[in-house]
Amino acid sequence: MSAPTTRAGRARTSARTLRTDRWWLPPLVTFVGLSLFVIYGLVRTFMNQWYWAPEYHYLAPFYSPCLSTSCVPGASHLFDVPLPGWFPPPIIVLPFVLGFRLTCYYYRKAYYRSFWASPPACAVTEPHSRYTGESRFPLILQNAHRYFFYPALLVAAVLTYDTVIAFHGVGGGVGVGLGTVLMLINAVLLWAYTLSCHSCRHLVGGRINHFSRHPVRYWMWTQVTKLNGRHMMLAWASLISVAVVDLYVMLVAGGVFPDLRLIN
Amino acid sequence: MAYQAHLQVWRGDADSGELRDYTVEANEGEVVLDLLHRLQATQCPDLAVRWNCKAGKCGSCSAEVNGRPRLTCMTRMSVFAEGETITVTPMRTFPVIKDLVCDVSYNYVKAREVPSFTPPEGLEPGEYRMQQVDVQRSQEFRKCIECFLCQDTCHVIRDHEENKESFSGPRFLMRVAELEMHPLDSYEEAGGNRAEEARGEHGLGMCNITKCCTDVCPEHIQITDNSLIPLKERVADQRYDPITRFFRRKKD
Repeated sequence: MSAPTTRAGRARTSARTLRTDRWWLPPLVTFVGLSLFVIYGLVRTFMNQWYWAPEYHYLAPFYSPCLSTSCVPGASHLFDVPLPGWFPPPIIVLPFVLGFRLTCYYYRKAYYRSFWASPPACAVTEPHSRYTGESRFPLILQNAHRYFFYPALLVAAVLTYDTVIAFHGVGGGVGVGLGTVLMLINAVLLWAYTLSCHSCRHLVGGRINHFSRHPVRYWMWTQVTKLNGRHMMLAWASLISVAVVDLYVMLVAGGVFPDLRLIN
Repeated sequence: MAYQAHLQVWRGDADSGELRDYTVEANEGEVVLDLLHRLQATQCPDLAVRWNCKAGKCGSCSAEVNGRPRLTCMTRMSVFAEGETITVTPMRTFPVIKDLVCDVSYNYVKAREVPSFTPPEGLEPGEYRMQQVDVQRSQEFRKCIECFLCQDTCHVIRDHEENKESFSGPRFLMRVAELEMHPLDSYEEAGGNRAEEARGEHGLGMCNITKCCTDVCPEHIQITDNSLIPLKERVADQRYDPITRFFRRKKD
């Protein structure tokens, strides 16, 4: 069903769009990219193994923080929630992490365009006959983005801790492997993505009207604003880095190949 | 070097219309509006085109070139291949009057619905004192030339005529944001609430931040990132966030 383009009084054109460029390509790429990540995430979550490489102290980001008594020894963090062995540990944390991405202002744009075609591209007629945007349930819940931002900060802190312990050398001391480098890049990208969030920008200073009375908050706002300009790039870079690190740790933990050690 | 450009121009009025083919001479350095003027001068004296400054500052010559909302005076012919057919149509969101000229009065109705700047009580014009750092966010939005391309491309009203009553569009939500962030605006002290009005009367919740308004803005105003999203966050402060609601102080 297509929304009529010939409303009363408007210029009558039969085409859905007169755009001549490949407007369908960006939403298609987004659709494929996000779908691949979701499929990988689902498979990985229910795999429930090969997430901890004890000899290198590598913990896969999908399983971090590991908060279940079913976590393999060495992988668990801080406290353990008593859960049956078949229950995948990521299910405790993933709703918060996914919620942060799902309600993110960039991802909203991405999936509204590519999954819901609302609109598929600028000046291309959308295929829905009715539209209420984010003014009704369930999309009104997008306003809870800031409540996912706070747990996302904690998760970024935990992944930073995971990166620090990944500097553990084989047999003791300090060591660096390819996994350590990948985890370090991932932690930096996750912090950059989390701090570049629009809600963060608002909370650190955007909500005030007199920057001159709050020089520290103004400084923080300018820094977040700089990062915020790259929010889309950081969203994709951190998404890819999470998947790459997770895959690498899975392959190392599964014994497909050993970690490439750079130091130690 | 001059060449013969192929144009398809929408001709008609509110009752009927069609795309018609024309061949028009194009010279180096010209823009689409130059060709429309040549078409008017040589072949179609009755072609209706709205224009004024030819410098991208008056916002009069808004139309859709190859399906994309553009100012025709700022769309250079050099971006098209010489053999390419260039389609020029009126803005799709507004009722057409004739050919490329639209009735954009919807925007003036919405403009009147935004309460004007409210200075602090007792302060006369000429006595306003503000720090540049405080007012600079609002100043970005003052660059708007009211070409209404953002309104034209916004799918909320472009694809859903029925939403026009409840949605003011990016241009006027940006105007609300401009005043909401203004360091001297005292609308709240006078009993108003711009963020709440943005949500209610102006339909901010309809915006799904797909950024088309930002993409088409000829003044490169970051409409979505700097006005619509901050406005949504201010609405969240007041309406959806019990913590900030609980600790809410007078605006500072």
